[in-house]
Amino acid sequence: MIALLTRDLRLAIRAGGGFGLGLAFFLIVVVLVPFGVGPQSALLSTIAPGILWLGALLACLLSLDRILALDWEDGSLDLLATSPLPMEGIVSAKALAHWLTTGLPLVLAAPVLGILLNLPVAGFGWLVASLALGTPALSVIGTFGAALTVGLKRGGLLLSLLVLPLYVPTLIFGAEVARRGAEGMALTTPLALLAGITCGTIALLPFASAAVLRANLR
Amino acid sequence: MVLSVSDLSVARGGIPVLEGVSFALNPGEALVLRGPNGIGKTTLLRTVAGLQPALAGSVEAAPESLVYAGHADGIKATLSVEENLNFWARVFGTGDISAAIAAFDLGPLAARPAGALSAGQKRRLGLARLLVTGRAVWVLDEPTVSLDRDAVAMFAGAVRAHLAAGGAALIATHIDLGLSEARILDLAPFRAAPLAADDFDGAFL
Repeated sequence: MIALLTRDLRLAIRAGGGFGLGLAFFLIVVVLVPFGVGPQSALLSTIAPGILWLGALLACLLSLDRILALDWEDGSLDLLATSPLPMEGIVSAKALAHWLTTGLPLVLAAPVLGILLNLPVAGFGWLVASLALGTPALSVIGTFGAALTVGLKRGGLLLSLLVLPLYVPTLIFGAEVARRGAEGMALTTPLALLAGITCGTIALLPFASAAVLRANLR
Repeated sequence: MVLSVSDLSVARGGIPVLEGVSFALNPGEALVLRGPNGIGKTTLLRTVAGLQPALAGSVEAAPESLVYAGHADGIKATLSVEENLNFWARVFGTGDISAAIAAFDLGPLAARPAGALSAGQKRRLGLARLLVTGRAVWVLDEPTVSLDRDAVAMFAGAVRAHLAAGGAALIATHIDLGLSEARILDLAPFRAAPLAADDFDGAFL
């Protein structure tokens, strides 16, 4: 599984690997929002947590169809399925690789981009914390969606439609943590719920993804 | 006996293609599957490899003893030949790839990105993967596609060495591999009877 993880990371940073794709999209969205909203720093700082979370979520969504589709096309997925690795381990390694190449850079870039949106100082720590806690769930849920659509040509649209509703709870509670953090309010409840969603998806969804993938490989 | 298939029926896309296929492989044996296009060779091999369920019958093999190689080689274009093989060696928990590189004459290409290889060279890389897995039973689907005559001989040599070491091979192919010791199984007699006319409407009349 470590071999699979290191291979995926290596593929991501090689030419055409799509490492910067999500990050560049995130950057573009967040840089363009102040132009669209206009020079109202009070309004910007109010919507900053929501915009940053939404940007991160869409950036994540953008790279989902690459998680399994490339391995499907060149036949590696068949070969991996007949290898000693359990299918659950394969999808977990894939999700982790996706998080390391997409989610983690977003978490690290978010505070820098928060400056552009006039995010209140108190909110930076909680923004990073909520993204760090929430983005793993996005990768795991996304891997499940990718497993559902793996055999389909141009399955990207269907994948987005399937995955977006599943992303809503993470978005709600993640943005809520960031917003309450920025406004200095109590945030234990949304933080606990966000952590609960992430832990639940990491614990349960790999089994669902593996079952779906086995059915799709037939 | 390393692989035993008894009374196996397989289906492709919900339609039965082969019925009642039985054969057994002992260590050191190779079995070549023949049959016209569409007879279900690939489906049979995928079923044997455990990638799809059988309609009926059973496939018995020691756990973790099979390795499957299909039409696609599972090669990553941006990784070098060596990195591709090293990846599979680590997945299968074996370490040494030098024997595989030597067997398929990949030494001069070892540092080259796999995307820059020709079709035949890619196939050789795909076949070299079999050697690094260390598995006993090779399940191969058209292994000689896009190989030239020398490379086919190279492949036959690798299969022979594998058999001599107590392995076994199940190969679907159209060409003569020069493996005189291999048994041949023609799949044509096992073609599944066409489905009875669909009586879906009848159920409502």
